[in-house]
This record gives sequence, structure tokens and C-alpha cells, in this order.
Amino acid sequence: MLQKRLVVCLDVREGRTTKGVKFRDNVDVGDPVAMARFCYEQGADELVFYDITASAERRPIMIDVVRRVGEAIFIPFSVGGGIASVEDMRTVLLAGAEKVSVNSPAVRSPRLIAEGAGLFGSQCVVLGMDALADRAMPSGYRVVIDGGRTPTDLDALAWAHEAERLGAGEIVLNSIDADGTRQGYELRLTRMVSQAVGIPVVASGGAGTPDHLVDVLREGAADAALVASMVHFGTYRISDIKRRLHEAGIPVRIS
Amino acid sequence: MSPGRVTIVDYGAGNLRSVQNALARLAVPHEVTSDPEEVRRADTVVFPGVGEASSAMAVLARTGLGEAIRGAWQAGRRLIGICLGCQVILDRSEEGGTPCLGLVPGVVRRFTRTPGLKVPHMGWNTVRFADHPALRGVPPGTSFYFVHSYYPVPADARATAGTTEHGVEFASCITSGSLIAFQFHLEKSGPAGLALLGACLAWDA
Repeated sequence: MLQKRLVVCLDVREGRTTKGVKFRDNVDVGDPVAMARFCYEQGADELVFYDITASAERRPIMIDVVRRVGEAIFIPFSVGGGIASVEDMRTVLLAGAEKVSVNSPAVRSPRLIAEGAGLFGSQCVVLGMDALADRAMPSGYRVVIDGGRTPTDLDALAWAHEAERLGAGEIVLNSIDADGTRQGYELRLTRMVSQAVGIPVVASGGAGTPDHLVDVLREGAADAALVASMVHFGTYRISDIKRRLHEAGIPVRIS
Repeated sequence: MSPGRVTIVDYGAGNLRSVQNALARLAVPHEVTSDPEEVRRADTVVFPGVGEASSAMAVLARTGLGEAIRGAWQAGRRLIGICLGCQVILDRSEEGGTPCLGLVPGVVRRFTRTPGLKVPHMGWNTVRFADHPALRGVPPGTSFYFVHSYYPVPADARATAGTTEHGVEFASCITSGSLIAFQFHLEKSGPAGLALLGACLAWDA
């Protein structure tokens, strides 16, 4: 039986790992390769690196991080942030990442998803989506881009369907409302999207305790749960979260 | 037994860096090649790959790498297939209606999309292994990392050396003579994957 995944997100700026709270006030918590190795040894199932700087001039710094991470850990990892072309995708994948995550550029140019899936396979192309509760939208959630700063006309559920149709292999669904609060994932949003699409959905935003993961993997019907600050600052150990999930009857890999 | 000369086949199907990284971690010298002659000279052929079956088969046919892989296997050289390398060894794939290498009789099917069943099959899952010298060291209940939308269906049940459940029970490990192939990613399955890759390299095929 397919197990639920614990995905650890590491934000990277200028080659260093940070974690944003509500996308602001980033705190430096260390070296990405050391952090990756730590997460790997603790039993993380997968890692996500978000390149916050993500400017063209800084890209080589991130590529070097990707290459060194690939030599250090033997679990899948993806890279997001600033992936705006199939050339960007190719560079990151050839450096050793399994997947690339596209967010704002995919909204501006949806064919990026189709082109990436056609060239590298759907399994390599992840849609990152930031959703904000909005009663004016049919599903109740609006897609926002540019790190939560720019609202779009897209409905979150409609965009999830469209991304799947275009060939995305997975969706990382981040709730702007919950992100950084540590009060729990947005269960309604997660469940709605995860049950509507046929591709895996990774819940993101709001994790504060291991029970929040239990909730989103069960009630939220998520295929995976993404955590960041709750493990970065040593509040919880990855191995302890996995044990809690196991005890709660959620199928997880116990290493 | 030493793995001898270890060659990774580069046929343009995905990047091979993670397999190289895994072999480097195991301290196994290796080379990457797209030259059929190099494949013929190998003692151990590692045949990885992700991506789409018909474009992969087109490259294997055009370059002669497909015939070189077949030749190496027929000569009793150890052949380790991973992911797409566990699919194109069969007769044909539903993906693009592709004729494949036919080293092992059987077909490759797509997971049927049903409510609650996500495709790609992406994530960690367990394998029920049959008795095989390369597989004896795997502790029961060990999880491995999968990511695929198609799965191998060998015609002869004796070729199935491991099964996994995702909507259907499918062959996640296939063996035939000196061939051993895995639908999951040994190189991305943590310490358990590295240990199994090491066991395959030590296996007296």
C-alpha cells in the first residue's frame, strides 16, 4: 500500500537555507547540504528546495546546491522558485533534482506545464499553487501568485484541474491563510482539491504539531504533508512526527 | 563477487546523475556510456531511465544500444534495470503502443484511474519479494520509492520476483537469468535502496 509522505521544505536564499513566516522576515537556519543530510538521516521521505532569490544571476548558486544535495542524500527532492522556462527545468533536473515545481510562471504561461511534461515526463513537473480563501470564487479559493502578493482571476479548483490536464504530475497546494500560523493545515481546501484530481496532492501551510499532519493526511485526504518551521527550529524531530503518524494509523515509511 | 566493469547506459531517458551518485556512495567505480561497444564490454550493465517508452525505445533502436543490452544479457552479464529499465525489457508497452526489447515475455500497462487511486503511483511502498539470491538481505516491510504511471506485467509468473500493491498487485521486481529489474528507484530509496543496489552488484548472476 502506498504510504503517505512527509516532505520537508527548505527555503534557500543566496545558497543558504531560511524559512519565511508569511513570506517575510526570513531567518537563516543553515547550510542546505547539512540540512538536507540531517533531514535524510531523520527519515524525511522527500525534500523540497525553494529558491527565494531565484534571479538569473544567482541561478548557478542554486544549481551548485542541487548538485551537492544529490551527492549527499538518496531520497527524491524537488526544486521550485524562479523556474520559468523548459531550459530552467532542464538545468535543475540535470543537476540531480527529481522534480521541478512551477508556480507563478505557470499561471502566466500554462503551456510551460505541458512543455515540461512533454520533454521530461509528468512525474518531473509539479504545480506549486498558493490559494487564498475568497467567497467570490466558485470553489471559495483564489489563486495568488508572486509569493502571495498578486491575486489572479483563477479559481483554485479550476486551476488544479487545468494543471492536471496540461500534464502536471503532482500539486503542492499551499494555503496562504494558514501559512506561517502553525495552527494547522487548511483541511477544507486540501480535501476539495485532493479528491477532485487524479494526481497526488501535497498539503502545505500551517503545520505546527504532528497532529496537524494526521488531520491533513486523513481528513484532508492529502497524499503528502509538507513541513518547514516545525522541524527547522528543532521543535519536533522528523522521526517523532513519523512515529506519531504511524501510531495514528497513517501508513508511513518507518526507517 | 566483484561487480567488475560497471557501465550505466545513457540513452537520453532522464538524467543519470542520481544513479551515479548512488554508485559513488557505494564506492563502485563505473562509467556512463551511449556507445554500444562499451555496453558489450561491461560485466555489469545498469539500465536506468525515466520518461516515455516510445521515445526511449526509438533511441535504443537507432543507437544500437538496445541490441547491445540484449547481447550483454544473452552472454550472461549482469543486467540491472531501474524504472523505465524495468519496463522496456518486456515485449511491448501500452505507452504509445510501443514494441519493446522483449527480453522477458509480457506487457506494460497503464494504471487504471479509479476514485481514490492517484496516478502517477508516487511515493514509498512496500515490496513482497520472492526468494532470490540478490534479494535475501532485504528486511520484510522495507519501503522503496516509486514514481510511474505504467507497470510491468510479465507473462510468466516465475519472472516476478517482487510484487507491490497500488490498486492492483503488480510486478515491481523482475528476474530472468542474469537480469534483475526494479520498478522502484533503488538510487532514491534511502539506505535500504543503496543496500539492495549493493546486493545486486555482489550477486553472482
